[in-house]
Formats: sequence, structure tokens, C-alpha cells
Amino acid sequence: MFNTLTQKFSSVYRDLSGQSRLTEKNIQETLQEVRLALLDADVAHSVVESFIKAIESRSIGEAVLNTLTPQQTLIKIVYEELVRLCGEPFSGLPLQVSPPAVILISGLQGCGKTTTTAKLAQWLQTTLHKKILLTSVDIYRPAAISQLNVLANAIGAAFYVPGEESNPVAMAKSALEQATIAFYDVLLIDTAGRLHIDEGMMAELKAIHQAIHPIETLYVADGLTGQDAVLSAQAFHSTLPITGVILTKMDADTKGGAALSIRSIIEKPIKFLGVGEKTDALEPFHPERIASRILGMGDVLTLIEEAEQKLDRAQTKKFQKKLLQGDRFTLEDYHEQLKNMHALGGVGKILEKLPAAGQFQSMLADKMNDTTLKKMEVILCSMTRHEKNFPAIISGSRKVRISKGSGTAIQDINHLLKNFEQVKKLSQKFARKESREKLLRKMQNLF
Amino acid sequence: MTLLDRLKTSLSKTRARFTSGLARLFLGKKEIDPHWQEAIQTLLLTADLGPKTTEYLLGRLAETVARENLKDSDLLFSALKKELTLILEPCARPLIVDDFPKPAVILVVGVNGSGKTTTIGKLAYSLQAAGKKVLLAAGDTFRAAAIPQLQSWGNRHNISVIAQSPGADSAAVIYDALQASRARGLDVLIADTAGRLHTQSHLMEELKKIKRVLAKCDPSLPHETMLVLDATTGQNALRQVEEFHKAIPITSLAITKLDGTAKGGILFALANQYHLPVRFIGIGEGREDLKPFDATLFIEALFNP
Ligand SMILES: Nc1nc2c(ncn2[C@@H]2O[C@H](COP(=O)(O)OP(=O)(O)OP(=O)(O)O)[C@@H](O)[C@H]2O)c(=O)[nH]1
Ligand SMILES: Nc1nc2c(ncn2[C@@H]2O[C@H](COP(=O)(O)OP(=O)(O)OP(=O)(O)O)[C@@H](O)[C@H]2O)c(=O)[nH]1
Ligand SMILES: [Mg+2]
Ligand SMILES: [Mg+2]
Repeated sequence: MFNTLTQKFSSVYRDLSGQSRLTEKNIQETLQEVRLALLDADVAHSVVESFIKAIESRSIGEAVLNTLTPQQTLIKIVYEELVRLCGEPFSGLPLQVSPPAVILISGLQGCGKTTTTAKLAQWLQTTLHKKILLTSVDIYRPAAISQLNVLANAIGAAFYVPGEESNPVAMAKSALEQATIAFYDVLLIDTAGRLHIDEGMMAELKAIHQAIHPIETLYVADGLTGQDAVLSAQAFHSTLPITGVILTKMDADTKGGAALSIRSIIEKPIKFLGVGEKTDALEPFHPERIASRILGMGDVLTLIEEAEQKLDRAQTKKFQKKLLQGDRFTLEDYHEQLKNMHALGGVGKILEKLPAAGQFQSMLADKMNDTTLKKMEVILCSMTRHEKNFPAIISGSRKVRISKGSGTAIQDINHLLKNFEQVKKLSQKFARKESREKLLRKMQNLF
Repeated sequence: MTLLDRLKTSLSKTRARFTSGLARLFLGKKEIDPHWQEAIQTLLLTADLGPKTTEYLLGRLAETVARENLKDSDLLFSALKKELTLILEPCARPLIVDDFPKPAVILVVGVNGSGKTTTIGKLAYSLQAAGKKVLLAAGDTFRAAAIPQLQSWGNRHNISVIAQSPGADSAAVIYDALQASRARGLDVLIADTAGRLHTQSHLMEELKKIKRVLAKCDPSLPHETMLVLDATTGQNALRQVEEFHKAIPITSLAITKLDGTAKGGILFALANQYHLPVRFIGIGEGREDLKPFDATLFIEALFNP
């Protein structure tokens, strides 16, 4: 979701690398690039300006004192500030009240409130085993109430239709009565979409809020939103005491600057991300992951987690050791890693999460897709162990044999050998530049 | 001061600058304020024009200032409006259904929640009010209660809706509706589709299928493929247009929710790149709240808080 920001930041670092000092001019250039990257990511203009100023004043002061390289110092500062802007990690919902705990869902038109209400219900049912009552007080949009009704049925949650009531405040109250009488743990109330400048509708929302005393008042925001995100979030927050934010449609290729904008304007945690239309497409928010992704470290953390689950640890260790020994990284190891790529969900998925995605994606993407990957595996299977351990001996006649055995062209074999050499070089280059540990992680996830 | 504090002060400053600053900098002043570039940059960026289009416009303005040796602030202000108009004017091409053979087939697409179904309801209403015989196709067979949502618009205004049950093949529904509108000798068929993100390739395939099925009946179908954009959308709108266009050629745009505070400035970036006609703007949820796109009015609105 933050792909392009990642690319932008990667190129920023590349510009800086290889220079021993961070001159003032150098900071300006880099900051300007960061600024453009953030604006292009839809971070609110004013948030961007403050961010850049904060980075500037901090980096000028600290560069001299620090033992890090100037680049590392700047990266560290950008990262720290981004993490702070993203806010605290998901800390659950405050359901420790005498039931029913009421959750009120609000937001602009079409941002995803109704879908998110159903997603939350499902999340509360499956992870916290709560007994849920759903209701909608959207009497305005055609079929809005039946939309939530259908979703409630689909997830097996109870749905309350307030019989005679035709006024949203009265409807909310009667739903609360029902939830109390019937001992529901949580009552989720979906509201009509409304504009933050619509005084009548905002007053209605306030009245609903006052009638039902929610423990959680969530503001649902569309992850595709641009600069307007600050204005609308702030207006909702000044009408209602918003307690948390859910950002939807984050399965798009949006750069998601709205996350930073909203968080910094209303200072309430982003609790979940909506990542699809289905009712299970809800993810708890991890600020540090998104910050590191913005920073160009990719979602290394996620990938490492996945890798740890899926890969044999012992073999992983062996591979890491090999890598550090540079030359002794062989085709045999390369073969193992190719196999692991399958376990991790294919090339695309891995490239997506790679650190410095900007630099590597273009370099690797055309060389490695899942078809070429399969081809490479077939070739490697046709090699002897000796050949894989000492690739230098793979002469013309051996290539002919391998080509026949694998049903591929000599060209493909040459391609594989070249690719292997590149990867090896890349690993050595990294070994010089980066700390052992970072290198290990990155290389681990590269193939 | 913490970063957050700093953000807060600067946000309130931005707003103040936004509402009164521009006018103060420009109107009725004989001399051009030295901070004009910064002020205009803020205006354009906060309206979602994006850094590229903003740079482009500032460059053009700086040229004009130098070339014409502009000193007067009012003149600079008009120069800016002129540049903006140059970009947008060519997009102001209204939808004239009579230009198409009967029945005119309009396919409406877009990302989730952008306002497709509502726009269709309003458009059907206005066409009917203009004396056209309209049929709607409930092509969103996926989202919960999407079909009754469209049917409700139909019922209210006595417009027939062709629908099947949830989960039905969208292309089949639209095909049926085409046959029905031909058989009934109607003027316009408007087909709703499920909201979909341009990143979901299987859903993009579904759109291609709709187009294929229609084109089998008549290669010129659909006559109009309208992408509905939410005015609050940021730079991602560029990706949306690009990807939808790749899947199924988009022939026009409609931009909704302009009754909020979003300025829809992304249209300028889009206009610069894709030259698609912008047919309508949505300015509310009611049936009357769809208006033909007017470049001058749109630009005026940019300068109003
Ligand atoms: N891809 C994707 N689509 C989403 C997500 N959340 C909601 N949607 C879709 O967005 C559209 C609007 O969602 P709704 O839940 O109806 O939005 P709403 O805020 O209730 O809309 P109104 O009640 O009309 O204001 C629907 O097509 C949903 O399926 C998400 O996280 N990802
Ligand atoms: N204020 C305002 N709201 C609008 C406008 N157009 C649509 N809406 C509202 O936006 C919300 C979403 O509109 P829909 O027509 O359901 O959007 P859609 O694109 O069909 O949504 P999906 O089918 O779920 O993808 C509804 O609450 C509409 O009433 C507009 O111009 N102004
Ligand atoms: Mg809703
Ligand atoms: Mg719809």
C-alpha cells in the first residue's frame, strides 16, 4: 500500500549514499525529495511542511554529535518522526465495561462504514467471542439498512430492526434497550454517511452519541482520500469525541498519506485497516510496520515473521552463515532459496516486501517472475551436486547435458548462471555497506 | 514544541491562509506580493492538484510574470485562472444521448463507494425528466443490497430496473437489459456495476467480460463508459483512471461529492494527462444534485473556502 513512497525514499537514500558528509545543500535537496514524496502520497500539505521543518531542525543539530554516518542519521530521524506520526500500536477495544459496550460508527458518505461495522462484528465474534448486536440508523440512503442486515446474516450476528421508530436517535436508543435486555456484549451502531459541513446531520450524530454513550466512537475514513482528509476528520472530531480511526480500502495501491494526516490532526489512534470488501478483511493497525515500509525498509518485519513460520530454521541459519562467507555461497544454496520462494508465496509477494524496493524491483522483476523461477528450478534439478557446489566447472558440454535433461535452452542456463553471479555480488556489496544483522535479514528475504 | 504541536499550529495557519490569504495577497493590490508563489502553491496543493501539476502551473505563471512584466496582483490572479481554464475547458463536453443510436448504452464503473449507483439514479431521473425512456441494469450483483438500492431509485421515479438475484453474472444481467431496452424501443440503458479497486485483476476481468458481451451484440457498445470519481480522492485517482482505462476504455468521467470541502483538484492532473470529457458533477444525494460539468464554475469553487 505504501509502495510508491517506499520507492521515493529509496531513491532519496541512493542520492545520499557515497557522500561522506551531509552538507546543508545536501539536506535541502533530500528534504525536498522527501517533501515531494509525501505530497505525492497525499499527506496533507500542512502536515508535510511541519514534518520537513521538524526533520530539518533535528538533523542539523544532531549530525555532528552522532557517531552514525550522516546518511544514517538522517534516515534515523525521518524514521523516528514517521513512527511518531503514525501513532501508537493497536491496543484493543475498551470493552471492559458493564455490557452492552456500545460502538458508534461514523464517517463521510461511501467511506465504508456499513462494511466496516460488519467486519468489526466478525472480528469481535471470532477473536473475542463476543455476543454482538448490530443495528443501522441510516434511514436516508436507499437500502442502507438492508445492506447491514444482509451482512449480519452472512456473519451470523444478530440484527436489530427498530420497529416503529423513524428517527435515528430514537432508533439508537431502542437498539440499546434491546441489547441490554437480551444481554448482548457489544452493540454496534452504523450511521448514515454525512458531510462534515452539514450542520443538521452533524447535530443528529451528536444527539445519537449523547443518547447512547458509546465506549468507542470510530471515525471511518477512506484510504484513498487526498488533502481533504484533515478537514473532514477535524470537523467530525470537534462534533464528536472520536476515540479511534479505521482506514478503509487500503487494499488499493494508495500511498495512504491520509493515515498520517488524520492521525496528526485528531491525535487518536488508527485501530484497524480495511483491506478488502469481505467481512474478514480487517487488520489491526501496526504503526511501526507502516513507518518502516514508508521508510524503504519494506515490510521486512512481516516477511521475517512469515519466513520464520514457513521455513526450516536450521536451514535458514546455515544459509545465513554461507552468505557471510561470501564466495562460498553456491548454486546449491541458491537452489534451496528458490524453493523457499515458493513457500513464501512467489516472486511478486516477496518483491513487494523487499527493502529498498525501488532499486531492486526494476532490477529483478524482469529477470524473475514465477515462470522463470520454475524454469530455474528445473535447470538446477538437472545439475549434479558437484556442479552446484563448484559452478565454475559448468562447461559447454555440461551445459548441453543439463539443457537436455531439463528441456531448456543453453541460453536459459547461461541466464541462470549470470543471475546467480549477480545475486552473489549484490550480497557482497551489501556485506560491506550494512551491518551484519541487517544484511542477514535482507539477503534472507531476497531470494 | 512537539511535532504534533507544530502540526496543529501550522494546520490552523493553513486554513486561515486558505480562506482569506489568497484574496489578501491578490485582490485590489497594485503590487504583487513577494510570497505569491508560496500562496498559490498552498492553494493548489491543498486542492489535490498534486505536486507535479502544481509545479507545472507555477512554472507557467512565473513565465507569464516575467514575459509580461506583471506587476499588478489582480493580473496575476487572472493569469492563474486563465492557466487553470486552459487545462479544464477542453474537458467540459456534456453528455448528449441523442448523439448515440437508440438505445444509448451507458456503463458506469468506478472504485468502491465513489457514488456510481447514486449518480445513475440522478442521471436516470434527469433523462426521464427530459422526456427520455430509460432502463436501468442492476449490474452490481456482489455488494450486499446493491440491487435494492438501485431498485429503490427506480421505484421512486417509475423507472424499470432489470435485475437478477445476488451473485448472478453481471454481464448476463446487463445483456438481458440490453435485449429488453431494444425490445421496448427505449432511449437509454444505464448499467450499474459493482465497485472495484483497480488493483483487483479478477474484477477488472469481469469488466472486460461485460464489454465483450455487449460488443458482441454491437461493436460500438457501450457507447459511453463513465468512470465515477469521488472528489475527495487524492493522487490515487490517476492510478484509477489509468488502470480502468487499461481494462476497458473509459470514455468519460463524473466527479461526485463536490458539495463537501474537497475541491476535486485531481481533475487538473487528469485533464492534463487523459483528455477525457468530464460529464457531470455530483453535489448532493438528492435526485436533482447532478449537474453538467462547467469548467469556469469549477475553477471559481477552487478559490472559495
Ligand atoms: N476494496 C475495499 N472495499 C471496501 C472496503 N471497505 C468498504 N469497501 C467497499 O466500499 C463501498 C462502500 O462501503 P459501505 O460500507 O457501503 O460504505 P458506507 O460508508 O456505509 O456508505 P454510505 O452508508 O453510503 O455512506 C462498498 O462497495 C464496500 O464493499 C475495503 O477495505 N476495501
Ligand atoms: N454528499 C454527496 N454524497 C453523495 C454524492 N454522490 C453519492 N453520494 C453518497 O455516497 C455514498 C455512496 O454512493 P453510492 O452511489 O452507493 O456509491 P457506489 O459507487 O455505487 O458504491 P458501491 O456500489 O458500494 O461501490 C452514498 O451515501 C451516496 O448517497 C454526492 O454528490 N454528494
Ligand atoms: Mg452505510
Ligand atoms: Mg453501487
